[in-house]
Amino acid sequence: MSTLEIRGLKVSVETEQGEVEILKGVDLTIKSGETHAIMGPNGSGKSTLAYSIAGHPKYTITGGTVTLDGEDVLAMSVDERAKAGLFLAMQYPVEVPGVSVSNFLRTAATALRGEAPKLREWVGEVKSAMESLKMDPAFAQRNVNEGFSGGEKKRHEIMQLELLKPKFAILDETDSGLDVDALRVVSEGVVRAKAANNHGILLITHYTRILKYIKPDFVHVFAKGRIVEEGGPELAEKLEEHGYAEYVSA
Amino acid sequence: MSTLQSNLLENHTPTGREEAWRFTPLKRLGGLHDGTAVIADRVSLAVKGTLPQGVTFTYGDIAAVTETDDAIINRVRAHTAQGTTLHIAANTELAEPLFLHRTQFGVDSAEFARTQIRVGNHAQATIVLENSGDTHIAEDVEIVVEPGAHLTLISLQEWGAATIHAARHHAVVDRDATFKSVVVTLGGDLVRILPTVDFIAPGASCDLSGVYFATEGQFFEHRMFVDHKVPHAKSRVNYKGALAGNKAHTVWIGDVFIRAAAEGTDTYELNRNLLLTDGARADSVPNLEIETGEIVGAGHASTTGRFDDEQLFYLMSRGINEADAKRLVVRGFFNEIISEIGIDDVEVRLMARIDDELAKAGK
Repeated sequence: MSTLEIRGLKVSVETEQGEVEILKGVDLTIKSGETHAIMGPNGSGKSTLAYSIAGHPKYTITGGTVTLDGEDVLAMSVDERAKAGLFLAMQYPVEVPGVSVSNFLRTAATALRGEAPKLREWVGEVKSAMESLKMDPAFAQRNVNEGFSGGEKKRHEIMQLELLKPKFAILDETDSGLDVDALRVVSEGVVRAKAANNHGILLITHYTRILKYIKPDFVHVFAKGRIVEEGGPELAEKLEEHGYAEYVSA
Repeated sequence: MSTLQSNLLENHTPTGREEAWRFTPLKRLGGLHDGTAVIADRVSLAVKGTLPQGVTFTYGDIAAVTETDDAIINRVRAHTAQGTTLHIAANTELAEPLFLHRTQFGVDSAEFARTQIRVGNHAQATIVLENSGDTHIAEDVEIVVEPGAHLTLISLQEWGAATIHAARHHAVVDRDATFKSVVVTLGGDLVRILPTVDFIAPGASCDLSGVYFATEGQFFEHRMFVDHKVPHAKSRVNYKGALAGNKAHTVWIGDVFIRAAAEGTDTYELNRNLLLTDGARADSVPNLEIETGEIVGAGHASTTGRFDDEQLFYLMSRGINEADAKRLVVRGFFNEIISEIGIDDVEVRLMARIDDELAKAGK
């Protein structure tokens, strides 16, 4: 059983107008096997939360703590956070020209497992992950995210989730840009990975449609840089009906 | 002759003020340009293995195919009327790449070499020029690609640290012929290569690509000139460079000239440079001169930048440490061109050398 604990997290970014505070004190605790949905309007700071936990250099932590089983996540480099068990499925995965998916995945798996996976077993693992996400085998030879469609990028992110087996997965708007079929395939991948690894999930989304496939245990409404309401799955239904208006206007 | 290539005066000794020489550290040329080099009596180029059917490799009198105003090449020509000729007979298709390498070296004197590569009508060949070891050499390489022929010329500069190398690789490309050149420069103290192309009949095309990686103190210059003087020829240029360490300096000049007669020209050139540390300098000058608007396309792009933070973040967020992430990015950056070579053991060897250079740069 692992615990990811976020306490009083404050984060700012440097802009042309000076430093702007985006997160204004976020408290959240996630345990293995739990799925937490973070829902909120655009610009509320949801993605900032995701990238700050992963350690993106653009964000400056100005207060609060993030710990994973008591270890100080904020003191770790980006790769150390991944090694500690954090995984961020990105909304806009980055192109890495000239680096094949196959080479990238094996390098990542080697780094996270501490040794190179045995070639034969590894080939099988990759093949089955690709098949279950309905990806063409030729995909492995393409360059990371280069020329990928929106759906391909998201499948590639979730394939990594399945292969890299983190303790906690942060899914940043994994549903954005997906058509109905791709949404189902990707969501099934998330559910399958969780069933296999029992990791905790922090699911960041603007819409409720992905929650039909990935059932949250907890729903948190995010607005203006902090969590403003918390509840169970029923809260998502309320948002579906009424939107975010009441949280934004106040 | 386009202005970027000109020496301004015939038989003139460069002073550094000429456009064609303004980036080159003349003091480090070992006297190749001003007549002070001691000229060695050596002919270093040799064939590796046995010659296939239809191929001859001979040494003897040689007549220049084209004129040049390059000061060093003119000194080479003034010095000797003899040189090496590699001839691929018409209609010969080489199943395997043909490797040439250096068998004689010297840094107390300079070799002035002339080489001609002739690829006959409808012949097809891949030729690899392997340059390694330490030497001083000025080299006039002329390449004739006859109608319908296809030549891939791979020129590898895996020189040792003391080498001074100035060369012109001039290709004359005839009707419906293709010339593909891959220039890889990873070693040497000073390397200056002029890959130049003359299209002499419609339907000709060239694809000039290259990679270079300069570390502390190295100077690598690649100066293209593609002369579109006939209609319906196509050219592509794509060079990628990385630099690391104090006073690492690279120069890329991409000069494309579309003359009035060259209707239907299709050309694009690209140069990308990756600065891995402070203290290095990459000069990149694309230049298009266009005398006719009746063309298919003409464009160029040049970028010089540092590591992309987003790429590093993405890789590191998957547990890959910073040094390995940088190595992946650099390998990927070069891989686009190295993979064009299509000869596995050569590609592996070059990637290993790139890893070594990167490791050196990281220290």
